[in-house]
Amino acid sequence: MIRRAVGVTGELLVTAGVLVLLFVVWQLHWTDLTSGRAQAAAVDALQERWATAPAPTASAAPTASAAPAVPDVDQSPPTGDAFAITYVPRFGSDYAVPVVEGIGAEELQDGIGHYPGTAMPGEVGNFAIAGHRVTYGKPFHRVAELQEGDAVVVATAERWYTYRVRRHRIVTPSQVEITAPVPDRPGEQPTEAWLTMTACHPMYSARQRYIVYAQLESSQDRADGPPASLAAVG
Amino acid sequence: MYAWWWRVLPGPWWVRLLLSLLAAAGVVLLCFTVVFPAVAEHLAVNDATVGG
Repeated sequence: MIRRAVGVTGELLVTAGVLVLLFVVWQLHWTDLTSGRAQAAAVDALQERWATAPAPTASAAPTASAAPAVPDVDQSPPTGDAFAITYVPRFGSDYAVPVVEGIGAEELQDGIGHYPGTAMPGEVGNFAIAGHRVTYGKPFHRVAELQEGDAVVVATAERWYTYRVRRHRIVTPSQVEITAPVPDRPGEQPTEAWLTMTACHPMYSARQRYIVYAQLESSQDRADGPPASLAAVG
Repeated sequence: MYAWWWRVLPGPWWVRLLLSLLAAAGVVLLCFTVVFPAVAEHLAVNDATVGG
């Protein structure tokens, strides 16, 4: 009787162990595969839509001023909508991940999430985005490799925006001031356009957040082709 | 547990093996599509946002 109970318990424990291992495989590899594929498809769909879309709407043709800003999307898109593509030459020339409105679990499975209420690409203020560092396509897997001066290029339906990495820091999950219009200085009036990337830190942990700040350097019309900043880094 | 499972399965050993493999595949599918996504929501081991 006791022998049997011990036998069954052992089998149950072994089964539980196998299930936990399966979970790890699913979380680390399977979600990567499925989300990665879905994100690549979303990038293709966006590019196709932009290529076939009619000329930019009314927005009083941003006259060929070299000056940055003039946001081409002045309203936040609906939650879950992909509205931009992020390119980071440091992460490889084939790196292209959709930016989705919202930072919920579902949005972060579909790409990089845009903090609702923060600036839009190119806008004065702080374009704050979050991405997974592991699992679900891991768009920010190599975020800690970014160096000062590296380009982070954001494409929207109408324009290309080139941001340059300025600095990074590691914060606790409650330090929301990093997404303030002037990063780290809540309450101040923004005069520059910044981009803030957030990812988990250390890898495989949710204890802290890895933050990268980049500043808008230039922007150009889609019609003018991709910017030189997209060129691969050495 | 597994001895009992093997006893209740009908047919020769290779039919039992086939049925067992099918059952295992079903369990894996159920885990990957329903159980694991639900569990992952509560774990949040790789939460990437601030202020959540």
